[in-house]
Amino acid sequence: MSGIPHDHYEPKTGAEKWLHSRLPIVGLIYDTIMIPTPKNLNWWWIWGIVLAFCLALQIVTGIVLVMHYTPHVDMAFASVEHIMRNVNGGHMLRYLHMNGASLFFVAVYIHIFRGLYYGSYKAPREITWIVGMLIYLLMMGTAFMGYVLPWGQMSFWGATVITGLFGAIPFIGEAIQTWLLGGPAVDNATLNRFFSLHYLLPFVIAALVIVHIWAFHTTGNNNPTGVDVRRGSKEEAKKDTLPFWPYFVIKDFLGLAIVLVIFWAIVGFMPNYLGHPDNYIEANPLVTPAHIVPEWYFLPFYAILRAFTSEVWVVQFASFVTGGIVDAKFFGVIAMFGAILAMALAPWLDTSNVRSGRYRPMFKWWFALLVVDFFALMWLGAMPAEEPYASFSLIASAYWFGYFFVILPLLGVIEKPLAQPATIEEDFDAHYGKKSSADATPAE
Amino acid sequence: MFKKLATGAAFALAMIPAASYAAGGAGHVEDYDFSFEGPFGTYDRNQLQRGLQIYTEVCAACHGLKLVPIRTLSDEGGPQMPEDQVRAYAADNFSVYDPELDEDRPAKPVDHFPENNNAGAPDLSMMAKARAGFHGPYGLGLNQLFKGMGGAEYIASLLAGYTGETKEEAGTTFYENTAFPGGWISMAPPLSDEQVEFADGHANDVDAMSQDVAAFLMWTAEPKMMARKQAGFVGVLFLTLLSVMLYLTNKRLWAPHKGKH
Repeated sequence: MSGIPHDHYEPKTGAEKWLHSRLPIVGLIYDTIMIPTPKNLNWWWIWGIVLAFCLALQIVTGIVLVMHYTPHVDMAFASVEHIMRNVNGGHMLRYLHMNGASLFFVAVYIHIFRGLYYGSYKAPREITWIVGMLIYLLMMGTAFMGYVLPWGQMSFWGATVITGLFGAIPFIGEAIQTWLLGGPAVDNATLNRFFSLHYLLPFVIAALVIVHIWAFHTTGNNNPTGVDVRRGSKEEAKKDTLPFWPYFVIKDFLGLAIVLVIFWAIVGFMPNYLGHPDNYIEANPLVTPAHIVPEWYFLPFYAILRAFTSEVWVVQFASFVTGGIVDAKFFGVIAMFGAILAMALAPWLDTSNVRSGRYRPMFKWWFALLVVDFFALMWLGAMPAEEPYASFSLIASAYWFGYFFVILPLLGVIEKPLAQPATIEEDFDAHYGKKSSADATPAE
Repeated sequence: MFKKLATGAAFALAMIPAASYAAGGAGHVEDYDFSFEGPFGTYDRNQLQRGLQIYTEVCAACHGLKLVPIRTLSDEGGPQMPEDQVRAYAADNFSVYDPELDEDRPAKPVDHFPENNNAGAPDLSMMAKARAGFHGPYGLGLNQLFKGMGGAEYIASLLAGYTGETKEEAGTTFYENTAFPGGWISMAPPLSDEQVEFADGHANDVDAMSQDVAAFLMWTAEPKMMARKQAGFVGVLFLTLLSVMLYLTNKRLWAPHKGKH
């Protein structure tokens, strides 16, 4: 499957040949897990495995939780408490699922920012990147709908606020919102469809994960140098790569195990740290919570949504040009989705022909500022919409767009990149010392 | 009307936190030392039993605990009362409507604590998790790492936080309270010194009783806390062990491909 030359599966026994000529499934699995992988991958490359683990964890715990959960406005809240109190191990299942969502987003953000730094989105990996962005969007939808299911106050009012975003679309917004909710307001119909979709979307994500892996197995992995694996011959490729199994599987599992120590400590000792106390109050359409905040992983984009108020000149300009069709509310929604679209467009906005940020002296600093900007937005998203936070949010939002639409295109033109290593092997040896690699044998 | 509310909510509600922060931050929550704080913290069984007694004799007049099955009073990691005591407790204190008999009968351990919202009093089953005592620093909530969410602290502070001042508004009496957001609460001071007599003669001033009942409500909100912390220890231990073994495996696996340092 990969463009990197390597040994393929050869059926040996009669039974293997029989199966292989009818369904080459063993060959497919063999080629997938034995794929030649750049041997200089650093620890930022472990998050793919963590993400795969998260998806499996959420699906497995979720399926068991569904066995005890009741998607009805009168019973949902009590059924979650039933899980917490009466189901064997139910409190752990529920807390694992709840905090599993947070681990999922920690991992996906690190994974995305790794891609942004090392230029993993650049040709020829644009499809991998776009599919990844689709997975991220589906994750957000799934997490949002999952948060509605316990039917607490934040569930209800979060659903009201977020579906209200669609109501901001001119002319057809209200109709779309009613259609999404299954009625004029968040109610039993909403809870039921969110439950149905919350169960469905993870499997769509799983399918897209396969496409994601298929895509980068076709192009080969990126690596910290951004330099391509030599593909002239098998021998040449072997100098730059090692097979995924066992080298990277064991390394990734080590990373995963360490991440899980921290994850398990959070689940065991402070499972509600990332949650909101108001969600332990049953949903009540007549009482608005004093303080509606989304979950932490939505905060950066929530901050962008709120940043564009009617006092901002860009918003006033947009409103004037469109004759009032684009008001502040709609502008905010466009900005929020635009912020994610900007990331998805990175392959075409980045004009530099150097992949890795390691060899881009100016890019490095702007990227570091983007990371700071991301955390600033996250913090601002949790702050009240008042000065000075409103102005900070606007500046931070402006930088987010500026990075993708101005800085990335410009840097490729004005930046003078550093010298890149000729081969991956050279980079690996520079780091770990030269080894007479010809006689390198596997452990044992 | 509701549609307007819903669509407007998108932005209008986003603005509300401003007000809530001001109001929510107003109450003073005392940082009590509870036995269940931190990774090693456990419930104090005697304290939970005292708290149950206070709840039954005082709070239960208005507040329900509808999510809590009475039988869980004998569960491990809780008040852990003997089963016959729980049976007697249920029958003596509560009666429930039985649809099969079509009449009220004395409660059994399988029943939940009854629902009760006299004078609009909220259910207390989850109260200790539905309130956060601590938000700092800078709203990051990092002090939760060491102190928990502060729900029990909030409840204890509220019960002990009456100043004695009252005011009348629209026919309702409000009582000044240093812990309640906004400073005025419609619940009359529920506890007074020596109101509840404990069999073991434990201190029964307002401060002590506030903490006892707050601890009990922490248990009703998080009855599996001790099992959870134990699972936490076992999990962290085994995952650490796994990490060490994977570290050694990984090191040996890669050694032939790395030059000597």
